[in-house]
Amino acid sequence: MSKLMNWKELPPCDTLAAKTAEAFETGDWRMGEKPVWHPEICIHCMICWISCPDSSVTVKDGKMTGFDYKHCKGCGICAKECPTKPNKAITMEKE
Amino acid sequence: MATLKELSVRKDPLTGGHRACAGCGFPQIVRMVCLASKDPIVVVSATGCLEVTTTIFPYSAWTVPFLHNAFENAAATLSGVEAAYKAFLKKGKIAKKINFIAFGGDGGTYDIGLQSLSGAMERGHNLLYVCYNNQAYMNTSIQRSGATPKGANTTTEPAGKVKQGKVQRQKDLTEIMVAHNIPYAAQATVGYWADLVRKAEKAFSIDGPRFINVLQPCRLGWVYKPEETMSISRLAADTCFWPLYEVENGKYKVTLKPKEKKPIIEFLKSQDRFRHLFNPKNETILVEIQKEIDYNWEKLLAKEAK
Repeated sequence: MSKLMNWKELPPCDTLAAKTAEAFETGDWRMGEKPVWHPEICIHCMICWISCPDSSVTVKDGKMTGFDYKHCKGCGICAKECPTKPNKAITMEKE
Repeated sequence: MATLKELSVRKDPLTGGHRACAGCGFPQIVRMVCLASKDPIVVVSATGCLEVTTTIFPYSAWTVPFLHNAFENAAATLSGVEAAYKAFLKKGKIAKKINFIAFGGDGGTYDIGLQSLSGAMERGHNLLYVCYNNQAYMNTSIQRSGATPKGANTTTEPAGKVKQGKVQRQKDLTEIMVAHNIPYAAQATVGYWADLVRKAEKAFSIDGPRFINVLQPCRLGWVYKPEETMSISRLAADTCFWPLYEVENGKYKVTLKPKEKKPIIEFLKSQDRFRHLFNPKNETILVEIQKEIDYNWEKLLAKEAK
């Protein structure tokens, strides 16, 4: 076993590199349902994007492009908040 | 005000892969507040769900400079950061404008961090303090806090034979902040994103200490289905349980006046933490809660009319 550092040798605080949580995939938290995007209905209002807790609605140049299933926890907020009528542009479906 | 499309091309302050519950409410609050700033930002957080879930060693979900110190001193820590920035400005070591934001839960803001928050507001540091208020210590398993409303079931004041949830009413922290005579204090909720983004933008346009108190439903402690986070928070504003207003230099403005004020039972029914109140024995508590909400709403409208 290597020698443990004493208190003088320890760094003054923990420093974490930015954005490293991306490597931790929380997609396996989903309980059997995932959001599915229907681009033909989507009006690109971005309400799903602002409402997503896990930054899992991917957008590019002000348009929605789909989901990041590696991190989506399947909470279903996007499908509930989707304002299109009568059919929603996002539905929760069995995986 | 920036539209959602404009906001969506800015840099999201958080990445996916943080460990907040599915259906949590604070990552959206962080996104709405941080993206409202056009200038670079520095974020400090009190101990709480936000800090714990976004910075689990060795991972960090933050894409912006982030600092955590302790539970009770988010405002003091950020005061120091802001003072150092001012010193650098004076010495010419830095030239760009930077916005300073502190995030604290209701535990770290209403109770444990109140002294440091009050100090920072009194000293007049140029910072924005945002409280993501989920009305109990959710991170450590739903103990009551100063923000827990009357009648709510918590693990330290559970509903049972002796008590029907919390006996006392919640403290009005926004009013305490207004009493510090700061240039901007506001109350918002996560479900009304446009209101929150507008308030954050306004806060960034003002110099001096600013405070926004944001109600955030917690699926774990409030006990509801995870997809209802945004709709329940809107219900809180529509029933006037959590009025949306701002106070700019002492002038009140109510930013959401529901066309039809919904009865409070609609809000209480949406969450299991209030389930015991619907026992016929507890009807008087429901009447009391409605009375208090009506009284506070009228009081707020009177302040606005002044």
